[in-house]
Amino acid sequence: MVDEVSSVKGEYAIEAMGLTRSFGSFVAVDHISFNVKKDEIFGFLGPNGAGKSTTINMLTTLLKPTEGTARVNGYDVVKQASKVRQSIGVVPQEYTADEDLTGWENVVLVGDLYGLPRSFTKQRARELLKMVELTAAADKKVENYSGGMRRRLEIAMGLINQPSVLFLDEPTLGLDVQTKAAIWSYISKLRQQYGMTIMVTTHYLEEADAYCDRIAIIDHGKILKVGSPRELKEAIGGDVVTLSVAGDLEAAKEAVKEILLTDVDDADSVTMRFKVKDASTAVPKLFDALSKRGIKISKMNITEPSMDEVYMEYTGRSLRDEQVSSEEAFQQRATLRRARSR
Amino acid sequence: MTAHLNINNGPLHGLWAITNRELKKWYKNYILLIMSLVQPILWLGLFGKSMNLGSLFSANSLNIPGLDIPKQVLDSISADIMKSTFGTTNYFSFLAAGMLAFIVLFTSMQSGMSIVWDRRLGFLSKLMTTSVPRGNIIVGKALSSVLKSLAQATIVLVIAILLGMQFAPGINALDFLGMYVALFLMSLGLSSLFLMLALRSTSWESQMAIMNLLNLPLLFASNAFYPVKLMPSWLKPIVQVNPISYANDINRQLLLGSPGMNSLWFDFVFLAGFAAVFTAISMYLSWKYLSR
Repeated sequence: MVDEVSSVKGEYAIEAMGLTRSFGSFVAVDHISFNVKKDEIFGFLGPNGAGKSTTINMLTTLLKPTEGTARVNGYDVVKQASKVRQSIGVVPQEYTADEDLTGWENVVLVGDLYGLPRSFTKQRARELLKMVELTAAADKKVENYSGGMRRRLEIAMGLINQPSVLFLDEPTLGLDVQTKAAIWSYISKLRQQYGMTIMVTTHYLEEADAYCDRIAIIDHGKILKVGSPRELKEAIGGDVVTLSVAGDLEAAKEAVKEILLTDVDDADSVTMRFKVKDASTAVPKLFDALSKRGIKISKMNITEPSMDEVYMEYTGRSLRDEQVSSEEAFQQRATLRRARSR
Repeated sequence: MTAHLNINNGPLHGLWAITNRELKKWYKNYILLIMSLVQPILWLGLFGKSMNLGSLFSANSLNIPGLDIPKQVLDSISADIMKSTFGTTNYFSFLAAGMLAFIVLFTSMQSGMSIVWDRRLGFLSKLMTTSVPRGNIIVGKALSSVLKSLAQATIVLVIAILLGMQFAPGINALDFLGMYVALFLMSLGLSSLFLMLALRSTSWESQMAIMNLLNLPLLFASNAFYPVKLMPSWLKPIVQVNPISYANDINRQLLLGSPGMNSLWFDFVFLAGFAAVFTAISMYLSWKYLSR
C-alpha cells in the first residue's frame, strides 16, 4: 500500500533547499531554493543550459544532488527516492514511449511498472486516453503517431499512477502553435479535474506568461526571481502609457506628474510617455483629471511589459537570441526531428 | 490519492512487465525471429551434413591395394573411433547438440542491444522515473532473453530431429528437462554479462563490435564443434572455463548418452555458479550505474 501521499501535511508540494548539482567543475544548478505550493502550476523559465532539466532530474530522483536537499510531497528525494517516484508523474523532454507497441500497450505497461492492479490500470488508461483524445488511435503502433499525438500519449503515460505532482519538461518543444495550445489546455484541465501540482519547464516566454501561476526565472544554474507573471512585470516598472494630446503638452505633462506621481518623457511635440504600475486603474483617473483641466486626449496606447522585457531585466539578455551548446543543440534537433518526421 | 489501491510494492514488481514487453516486441517481429534461426539451421544443414566424419572409415573410402579388410571390421573400427572421439557414432548428432548452445549464445548476446536502444529511444528514462526497482530492469531483460533463447533452442532441436539427429536409447523427459535447465543457466549468465557490458553504453555500434568480437572465439573455444581432447593443450584451459562447454557437456551426456568431460552434477554446479555470479554483479551494477 502506498502511504497516504495526499495526507502529507504542509503547504508545499515541492521544497528545494540549496539544491546543487555539478558535473566535474561545471556547476549546472547552483544552490537554488524554492517552494511550489500545492495545486499550482509553477513554471521554470530559462534558456537552454540554464539548469532547468538538471533541476527536474534531481526532483524526480534521476540525478542525485551534489549538495542541498529537496522534498517532493514531503519525501526526501535522496533518502525516500522510491516514495517520491510513486507519488509523482514525469513527462520527460524526450519521447519515451515504445514505438513498437501501441498507445494502449504503452500506457498499460507504465501502470504495470508501478505495480498497479491491472483492473485499475485498464480503467484509468481508458480515461486518460480519452482525455488526451487518443482513444481512436489507441490500438495503433506509436511509430505511426504524429509529434502532437506522441506528446499527448506521454502525458497520459505520466498520469497513470494518479500522481499528486506532475513534472513536465518542455512539454511543447517542437510542436506547432495549435498543438501547443491543445497541450496547455490538457494541463489546465488536469489541475481542474485532479487537483494536481504541476511543475513545468519552458523557454517559451508566452507560455510561461499565459499559463503559469508563478514563474521562476533561472539562468546559469541560479534562480534570479520568483513571482506571478503579473508581479514580475510590475517589478520592472509596470505598464508603459503613450499619450498624445490636442493642445498644451506641457500642461498635460504637469497634470500627469501631479496625479500619478511619475516621471514623464517626451516622445515628440504632441506625445509623452510614462510608466504606471497598473494602467487599468490609473488611466480612468487620468482621464477625469485631464478633462477637468480642459486637456483633450487625441490618442492613447498602453503596453504591458512583455515577459521578454522581464527576462531582459533579470538576465541582461534576450531569451530569443540565445546561443546553445552544441550538445544541447544536437539533442534539441533530434527531438525536433522526431517530432516533425511523423 | 492512490491510498485505496492495493499497489504491489514488492521487490519483484514490474519485473514481468519488463520481460513481457521485450517478448512482445520479439514475437511480433516475425522477420527477425526467422532471421535469427537461419544461421544455426545453415550450420546444421550444410556443415553438419557435409562434414560426414562417419564415412571417412567406410569400406568405400578405405581401399588399400593388396589388403582386404572385411567391411564389418572397417565399420566396427569406424564406429569405435567415432564413439571414442565424439561420444556418438553420428557426427551430425554431436553437432546438433552443440547447436543448441550456439543459438542460446547468439540470442543471449543480443540482450545488451535492448538496453542501448532503450537508452537511445528514451524508454529507459521512462523506466527510471517509475517506481520499478532498478535491479528488476536488468533481471527482467535477462529473463526475456533467456525465454527467447529457450524458444529458439526448441526450434533448432525440432529441426535437428527432422534432419536426422539420433538420441541415446532410452532417453526420457527428465533428460530433456535437464537440457533446458542447462541452457537456462547458461543463457541467464550470458544475458546478464552482456547487459552489464551495455549498461552505460549509448552506441549500438560498439555493442555490435563487442558481440562480433566475442561470439566466434566463445564458440570455437568450446566443445561445440569438436571434442576437447583433440584441442591443443593451450586451448584446453580456456575451453574448461567457457560456460558453453559445460552446457554442451550436459546436453551430450543427456541427449546422446556420451561419456562426459565432467560429471553431470559438476557441470550443473558450474553453470549455476556462473549464472548466479553474473546475475548478482549485473544487478549490483544496475543499482549503481542506472541512477547517476
